Amino acid sequence: MDLSYGEAAEAFRAEVRAFLSSHWPPAADLRGADLKAFIRAFRAAATEAGYLYRAVPKRYGGSEQPVDVIKAQVIREEFARARAPMEVGGNGMNMTVPTLLEKGTDEQKELFIRRTVEGDYIWGQGYSEPGSGSDLASVRTKGELSADGSKWIINGQKIWTSQGMQSTHMFMLVRTEPDAPKHDGITYLLIDLNQPGVTRRPIRQMTGEQGDHTFCEFFFDNAETPVSWQVGERGQGWYVSRTTLKHERASIGSADGLGRQFAKLVELAKEVDRIGDPVIRDKLAQIEGFVLSHRYTSFRLFSCAAAGEDPGPVSLMMKLLLTEIGHEMALLAQELIGEHAFTEPAGAGGRGNRGPRGPEKWLDQIMGSLGNSIAGGASNIQRNIIGERGLGLPRDLAMSGER
Amino acid sequence: MHFHLTEEQKAIQEAVRGTLADSWPIERIHAFADGDADFDRASWDALMALGLGGILLPDSGMGLLDAALACEVAGEAAAAGPLIGQLLAVAAAAASGKANPDALASGEAVATLVHGGSAFVPCARAADIFLVVDRAAGVRLVPAGDGVTIEAVRASDRTRPVSKVAFADGAGEMLFAAADPVTARLADAALVLCAADALGGAQKVTDMSVAYAKEREQFGQPVGRFQALKHQLAHMALDVEPARALVWYAAYAWDAELPDAPRAAAMAKAHLCDVYVRATRAAVAAHGGIGYTWEYGLNYWFRRALFDRAWLGSPSEHRARAADLASW
Repeated sequence: MDLSYGEAAEAFRAEVRAFLSSHWPPAADLRGADLKAFIRAFRAAATEAGYLYRAVPKRYGGSEQPVDVIKAQVIREEFARARAPMEVGGNGMNMTVPTLLEKGTDEQKELFIRRTVEGDYIWGQGYSEPGSGSDLASVRTKGELSADGSKWIINGQKIWTSQGMQSTHMFMLVRTEPDAPKHDGITYLLIDLNQPGVTRRPIRQMTGEQGDHTFCEFFFDNAETPVSWQVGERGQGWYVSRTTLKHERASIGSADGLGRQFAKLVELAKEVDRIGDPVIRDKLAQIEGFVLSHRYTSFRLFSCAAAGEDPGPVSLMMKLLLTEIGHEMALLAQELIGEHAFTEPAGAGGRGNRGPRGPEKWLDQIMGSLGNSIAGGASNIQRNIIGERGLGLPRDLAMSGER
Repeated sequence: MHFHLTEEQKAIQEAVRGTLADSWPIERIHAFADGDADFDRASWDALMALGLGGILLPDSGMGLLDAALACEVAGEAAAAGPLIGQLLAVAAAAASGKANPDALASGEAVATLVHGGSAFVPCARAADIFLVVDRAAGVRLVPAGDGVTIEAVRASDRTRPVSKVAFADGAGEMLFAAADPVTARLADAALVLCAADALGGAQKVTDMSVAYAKEREQFGQPVGRFQALKHQLAHMALDVEPARALVWYAAYAWDAELPDAPRAAAMAKAHLCDVYVRATRAAVAAHGGIGYTWEYGLNYWFRRALFDRAWLGSPSEHRARAADLASW
């Protein structure tokens, strides 16, 4: 075992540092549109240098670098140290671009990838529906060809779209072959959201969070999209949607967020003057055993990725582990905040405008931790995946007839 | 950056696994568990023939991580014999310059670990040497017979039976004073090796439960198809597999003498011994009736989980230490 990155990585680090020191930060008085333009130019220079959009071909605005998880890690660390912006985030880079690179037509790649990379297009995910959660392949939003065969006409409802109010476009799963077996009747469509047939509405969450930054639901009433914006074959959308980004995804810091949250929990115990209580100290250390297991396992996954080795079933466990630790932290936080639990935190949910917040701010985590059991693959589905794909147990009867 | 096992380390584990499969099958465990001995010469000699005794010799090219990997497999196999004591006695003797580690490294002499302040010592009747590690009183090497009183007890862990042991004042030779940093290092190393034993045992009972769920049929189905059991098994795996890296890190930190090595050892011991208890309890539940029988053998690991948890200080004791070490 050795947690250093090696000489070649350190030489590369010096190179990245030199780049950053000559390109970042912006002048302190830069504001508004000027600052935006500076950041855009910075990203372009960082891409030119080979540090950003490494999996994206040059002709679509990327830097087209060979896979190297160590270099990618060094880049993340140095950009974070310099507080320099990395790639634009969101569904566009995580989902749309990799899907188009693998399954898109040349026209689609030309139309969408560069504009997404440069942050002009923001993508919403149109997967879940009120009647289709874990059983995603049961989607009922309907797509029908126009009389001249040039457009898809879309009717139905999508839900739980992150960044929905900001999204310019959506990638969505639409039922186009109602008579086919359910996985074979779905088509993957791209759609422009700024059109009369699309209505969007933010969802108010249990945390109290509301407003333009929350999840949205979308209503489609004869919305249209060109047939040329269909990705993959008609009826093959389910399989198109399985495309995932694997490129340099392993990151040694993937557990840092959890570690920071745990450190805040220790701070909370100090703030409410319970840190000397042996029961609290024991519970904190108990939780930290899981936090550290998660952290060192992220080292393990990173190390395996760098060496091109399969880490085995443990990679299937990380999401559920993170979720479960979040629940344990929520329960201890609830004990620690005591009567602060009587008051709603300012800017409930955590992203709205907020004033000064006391220990009651943990209500955001206490309630928000529940969202992790649902979003991105519900916990019971994670348990099935660990049991079936990880441990090789026979598939559930309800699902064994399906692919 | 390397934070997974090398091919060589996997090969060593396979060698230990194969050796114990041959020399310590379940039939031998059954016979041993019903007998009076606290040591099994044949399986011990087979392990020592692999050279395990010398892992912690300063020139072995190996370290605590490799020792932990061996202890993990011993835990998996429910091996008899004081492997942890043997490994650490070699390290202590070599580091002190006051005792010759050769007979211990070869396995010719058998050493067991005495946790300072505890009267209960595994495999005490077979031991030639007692390695007493006491954070408050230092490290001693005490030869059997020299002021050592041993009283047999009916031990709950049938694979590593304890006896009650008392030492006359000043028995044996003091290798390191309490304040010597080596004393704390040896105590920390013992915690890591105990955590490794727990990891191996917890993985073993998880594997047994999964295998049984694929084979056992009820309602015309393998029971592992039922979601309730599938989810229980998924949780066992979720408890055990990520904890593996905690043991690796604690061993690596000890080998690299990182500042957080003592705390990592405490966290690993506390966490893995809890994991082991949960895993063995869940394993009996997952098996149903067969798991509750003596003949199936799950109880040997269950009993080892009781032992590991109580030995060298309980999880809550080490969590309290970890809290202090973090200056909470």
